[in-house]
Amino acid sequence: MDLTFTPDEQAFRDEVRTWLSENAPSEPLPSGDTADGFALHLEWERKLFDARWSVVSWPREYGGREATLMEWLIFEEEYWLAGAPNRVTQNGIFLLAPTVFEFGTAEQQDRILPRMAAAEELWCQGWSEPDAGSDLAAIKSRAERDDDAGGWRIYGQKTWTTRGAFCDKLFGLFRTDPDAERHRGMTYLLVDLDAEGVTVRGVDRLDGDEGFAEVFFDGAFVPDADVLGGVNQGWSVAMSTTGSERGLTLRSPGRFMATAHRLVDLHRRCREEAAPDLRDAVARAWIQAEAYRWYTFATVTRMVDGHQPGAESSLNKIFWSELDVDMHRTALDLLGSGAELDEGAEGATDAGLWMKGYQFALSGPIYAGTNEIQRNIAAERVLGLPRK
Amino acid sequence: MRFAFDDDQIDLRDAVRGLLADTCPPETVRTAWSNSTGRSDAAWGALADMGVVSMALPVDAGGLGLGALDWVLVLEETGRVALPEPVVETAVVGAPLLHALGCDVPAPPASIATLLDSGASLYADTAECLVVLDGDALRMVDPSTARLTAEVSVDRSRRLFAVEMAAGAGTVVATGPQARDAVAAARDRGALAAAAQLIGLAERMLATTVEYVSVRHQFGKPVGAQQALKHKLADVAVAIEFARPLVYRAAWSLDAGDPDSAVHVSMAKSQASDAAELAARHALQCHGAIGYSYECDLHLFMKRAWCLARSWGDARSHRDRVAAAVVDA
Ligand SMILES: Cc1cc2nc3c(=O)[nH]c(=O)nc-3n(C[C@H](O)[C@H](O)[C@H](O)COP(=O)(O)OP(=O)(O)OC[C@H]3O[C@@H](n4cnc5c(N)ncnc54)[C@H](O)[C@@H]3O)c2cc1C
Repeated sequence: MDLTFTPDEQAFRDEVRTWLSENAPSEPLPSGDTADGFALHLEWERKLFDARWSVVSWPREYGGREATLMEWLIFEEEYWLAGAPNRVTQNGIFLLAPTVFEFGTAEQQDRILPRMAAAEELWCQGWSEPDAGSDLAAIKSRAERDDDAGGWRIYGQKTWTTRGAFCDKLFGLFRTDPDAERHRGMTYLLVDLDAEGVTVRGVDRLDGDEGFAEVFFDGAFVPDADVLGGVNQGWSVAMSTTGSERGLTLRSPGRFMATAHRLVDLHRRCREEAAPDLRDAVARAWIQAEAYRWYTFATVTRMVDGHQPGAESSLNKIFWSELDVDMHRTALDLLGSGAELDEGAEGATDAGLWMKGYQFALSGPIYAGTNEIQRNIAAERVLGLPRK
Repeated sequence: MRFAFDDDQIDLRDAVRGLLADTCPPETVRTAWSNSTGRSDAAWGALADMGVVSMALPVDAGGLGLGALDWVLVLEETGRVALPEPVVETAVVGAPLLHALGCDVPAPPASIATLLDSGASLYADTAECLVVLDGDALRMVDPSTARLTAEVSVDRSRRLFAVEMAAGAGTVVATGPQARDAVAAARDRGALAAAAQLIGLAERMLATTVEYVSVRHQFGKPVGAQQALKHKLADVAVAIEFARPLVYRAAWSLDAGDPDSAVHVSMAKSQASDAAELAARHALQCHGAIGYSYECDLHLFMKRAWCLARSWGDARSHRDRVAAAVVDA
């Protein structure tokens, strides 16, 4: 056990901090889930990339700096503490990329990853469908073989596709063997959203931003080169992506530590009027953010020692998503009747970002597999309770 | 940054786990509920032989020279079996406290009772020595010279005593800031040790419950196949998994002399207390009436958890300490 940062780790932290303090926008950007905000976020992403901060843990040839996992956590801590913008590239760099590293061919890696790192190609996740949410294996979108063209023709519909209206590419699951049993016969395809036969329609989310999309496929062509991980292997490839979604990469502790810092600061400003028990709620939030931080240092240490996290990443996902809701709820309680003042309101504290953040936090227990599904997984695969 | 125990630490934990599995099964705890001392005897002797009772004393004082990071895992094991012994008071709080203040502490120390946590003293009747903070003086008192009045804990193995003693009884070990600092450090060790025991207790209650609901059938299937129970138990697992790292981190901070170690201990104790209470609550609910019976072992662990959750500071008071450091600053 050594819970200090090595000189290298400390130097890395200092370098990140210095760069962010000189380069991160001083004011929050408009929401990345709107067309204008997205464009501003892309500018920021390109700036990150130019300075090799967009994908720190990746190989140099793809634009990274070969940072260790621990350094990546440090990067995330500094990134969120600096109040730097949300990563509109997240579904590419945090979800698809680990899967491309694991299952992609060398050609795919060389073609996809550098453009993803540079935010030249923006990726969205095409899994959910109108009749397939928690029960992902119920997807109906399908791909039919087109031997002449050397690829697949896809049909069907995806939904709830985050930032689909602003992205260029979609990674999705499609049924390629209609006769196979539910979990078999699916293929993980990489789809060009500009291809003929693809229609994308933006859909507003709870907060009114156009953060969702519906994507319709009517015979769009996907070449064989864009099959990730083998035909009819889609389910196991997708499970690798869910590991990243629930486990380490999508929501690192730095994000929640930063929220805890902001909450303490908010309490400082509101405590005169706020109910006294909110002090306890703020302390609890802080403690739980720390708990997630140290839990993650332990997880990363195990990974460095060669153990891949398994079903316990469901515990992780439950914890951070509930914590995020609790922290924002506490903030609203601190704000009292002022909590309802939304973005753009003259009198809104912190530009209304707490109510905005609360609305986003509420999606945490839904996306990346609902917390009910995570509890099922934890109960059956971590605790070993009977399935039936 | 490397957050993992080393092989020696794991080996020691496993050795203690094995020893306690043999010497402290639930029947031992049950016996302690009604015997004259409230204690296990066999387990205590075996732990003393192994060096656990003197583990936190320096090697040149006959101890094992272990730090908090080593003993925290040992304490977790004593919690797992609800060991009815003053292991916190003696091994972790009392012996190192007295030693640090220049007292001669035999190795293994005979059992030590304290009046540093609450107004009652655990196992004071069987202790050789009672450590008391009297104003700004820390005193060592021979319990046989004090008037002990037995209290009754809901955990009948926790023999608590109200203590009355003559003014100026015993010998002064330290006074003023020296006494205050040593006691503060000892209380932090007590809180961390209790937190570790609570983790062990919570895991035990969870494991026992998983076992039970997997075999108890209703409606033609194990009750553990019902999602309502699965979700409760998953929540217990979450609570434990996100308390544990704070316990280990606080142990590290104590050993490293981190200036914020007291705050880290408080984070650990508050989360561990809450986790163990949740485990107790859900474990009982998942057992149904059998868990509500005196005959079922569950209550031995549950009641210990209720007690320890409020010993050496409850969740709320520890969060208060965190708030003072983090929120009020
Ligand atoms: C902000 C946000 C972003 C998203 N982004 C994307 C994206 O980019 N790409 C994408 O593909 N999808 C995305 N999703 C969709 C997300 O993956 C689904 O919402 C999720 O998988 C749940 O499916 P559902 O919404 O259809 O709910 P349903 O599956 O219909 O569930 C409804 C309710 O029933 C419960 N339930 C269902 N099955 C069980 C069960 N077996 N046991 C207990 N309870 C159960 C659920 O927990 C939930 O409470 C996003 C969702 C949100 C909210």
